[in-house]
Formats: sequence, structure tokens, C-alpha cells
Amino acid sequence: MSSETAAIFPVRIWRGDAGGRFERYDVPRHASQTVLDVVTHVQRHVDPSLAYRYACRVGMCGSCAMTVNGKARWTCRTHVDTVAAGGTLEIAPLNHLPIVRDLVVDMTPFFDKWAAARGSFAPTATRRDDFARVPPQSKARRAIDATIECIGCGVCYASCDVVGWKPDYLGPAALNRAWTLVNDVRDGAPLERLRAVAGDGGCQSCHTHQSCTERCPKHLTPTSSIAGLKRRVAIAAIKGAL
Amino acid sequence: MAPSATRTGVRAAAWRFVLQRASAAVLAVCVVVHLASIVYAVRSGLSAEAIVSRMHANPAWPAFYATFVVAVAIHAPLGLRAIADEWLGLRGFVFDAVLALFALVLLGGGLYAVRALAG
Repeated sequence: MSSETAAIFPVRIWRGDAGGRFERYDVPRHASQTVLDVVTHVQRHVDPSLAYRYACRVGMCGSCAMTVNGKARWTCRTHVDTVAAGGTLEIAPLNHLPIVRDLVVDMTPFFDKWAAARGSFAPTATRRDDFARVPPQSKARRAIDATIECIGCGVCYASCDVVGWKPDYLGPAALNRAWTLVNDVRDGAPLERLRAVAGDGGCQSCHTHQSCTERCPKHLTPTSSIAGLKRRVAIAAIKGAL
Repeated sequence: MAPSATRTGVRAAAWRFVLQRASAAVLAVCVVVHLASIVYAVRSGLSAEAIVSRMHANPAWPAFYATFVVAVAIHAPLGLRAIADEWLGLRGFVFDAVLALFALVLLGGGLYAVRALAG
């Protein structure tokens, strides 16, 4: 460790459950240090009881999302330099999800809403059928291209104001997944899926604040997906199909 | 899940969305026409009585304002419903009945005023 990179900076980390508090830790600053590096340093060198979740460390698994200086982010892909310009770093668990302990949240409500939005593919073909041929340039396939890369990290869900106001709102990730499947020409349950996302806590509850789109680490646009669902739901309602 | 998880509830939620967006589109036009006509009509210092008397001559104005009132009676209660749900947690049949009553008050009061315009 060079002398230039050994400066110490204060980090506030949430400890405990929903009734917990922030605790301060002094952490050595390094070049190209990520927020996940900071949390890992604290757990390995200061307090081994600190609970947090991560897996791949390279932005593929989506498990290390936390609230960093007030915004939900992937900690593995967030450099301290980009978020702690003022010299302070505050790390908390994701918003809108029950805190298990410290920086770990229970993702059950998040994935329950994926299921409620019928986020699973409904196959129509059998093993005796040929592969479906979906033209890559077709409108439906291009709509899927814009949404399919979601890895379920929960950043959009934690950033959504409506989720905070209205706990039964399905949220951007579940609705983005539903829109992906609505556009899948192989899927066998498009109407059931529209019904699943058209209730009181469905796509119509979105206020188009676009926090989900602004914060999505994959640069997806759940707001557009939700707008697409709103159009389909409105058309289905007018046609009497719901 | 959401209280509208029944088929009827889903349809009602979807129709509330359609009606609120459609009424908003109507209101966008009505508000602009309303404000523009006021600015135009009073540019020479006309009184409210003079404007109302002019309107009696043209049945398009009462029709326009009747449309305005209907759009308001649809849009305002639906907006209040969403705000009350998100900010106060108010929802359910009783609250919907109160909002329906509010819609009728807006509709009745508004159309009563329009009738005065029609002379």
C-alpha cells in the first residue's frame, strides 16, 4: 500500500434491523476502491459481525445493491471516488424491503411481486414442436431487447417513490418483466398477464417519476415498459377483453 | 395483493385509468380555451355580465362548458382517490362511495352554473 492511498476516511454503515442506527468506521482509502471494497474491509478487518450480501463482484449477479449516500446502487460497480466527493460515505440497506440485518434485506416481497405480475413464461409449444422463429428486427422482439437484461437487483424497486407510498404496487422490475413477456410471441398467457398488472397496485399506479430508469445500473427503461403496459391495459379495457 | 385482484376489480381499475386519462385530455383543451377566451373577451374591459349575455347568443358555449364540467366531475374524484390511497391509505367501498357523491356534487353544481350560462 503506498502512502498516497493509505488515507483514512469515515464511513457510516447501517447496523441492526429496522430499528438500528448508523455506526462510524474509519476505512483506508485506495485508488479505484469500490463501495463493496469498503464494506468488505469493515467486515474482514474491523467487525466480522457485519452482514452484507454479494456474489460476483463484477455487476452480473445483482446481489450487492445497497443505498449509498441516499441512492440505490450496485456497490461492486460504484467507485468511492464517484459518490464520496464530499469525503463522506453512508451505506444503508435497500429501501422498501424488510431489513434482515445490517445491509441485508429480505427480497421476498420483491420476487413475490414478480410472481404476482405473472413474471414467468407460459409455454405453448411441446418438445415435438420446432423452434419458434422470431425475427430479430420485429417490433415485439426489439421491445424485448430493451427489457430482457434485467437481473433483478432491486435498485429500481428501492428507488421508486410509489413503492414507498403504496406497498401493494408491483414496482418497476416486476412490471418490466411482465412487459417482456407481453411482447413474447411464444407466450401463452398475454391476457392473464395484463389482468395481473391492471389492478389497483398495477401499472396504472406509476407516476412516471422515472427514478427507476435513472438509477437502473443496466440502463434499462422500466418507465417505458410500464407505459407500454398502460397502453395495452387501456386498449384491452376499451375492447372489453380484461 | 391489490384489493382489485378480482376480475371486476381489475376491470374497474383499468377503466378508472382510461377515464382519468381521457378526462385529462379533454381538460387540457378546455382549460386552454377557457383561459384564452377570458383573456380575449376582457381585453377591452368587458364586465362578467356582458360576457355572460354574449354567451346566451351562442349555444356552443354552454355545450363547451357542460363538457368541461363532466370532465372535471370525472377527473377530480379519480385524482383524489389516488392521492388518498397513496398518502393517507384511504381506500375501500365507503371511501369510493364518498368520492362518487363528490363527483355528483361537482356535476350537479357545474351543470347548474352552465344552465345559467345558457339562459
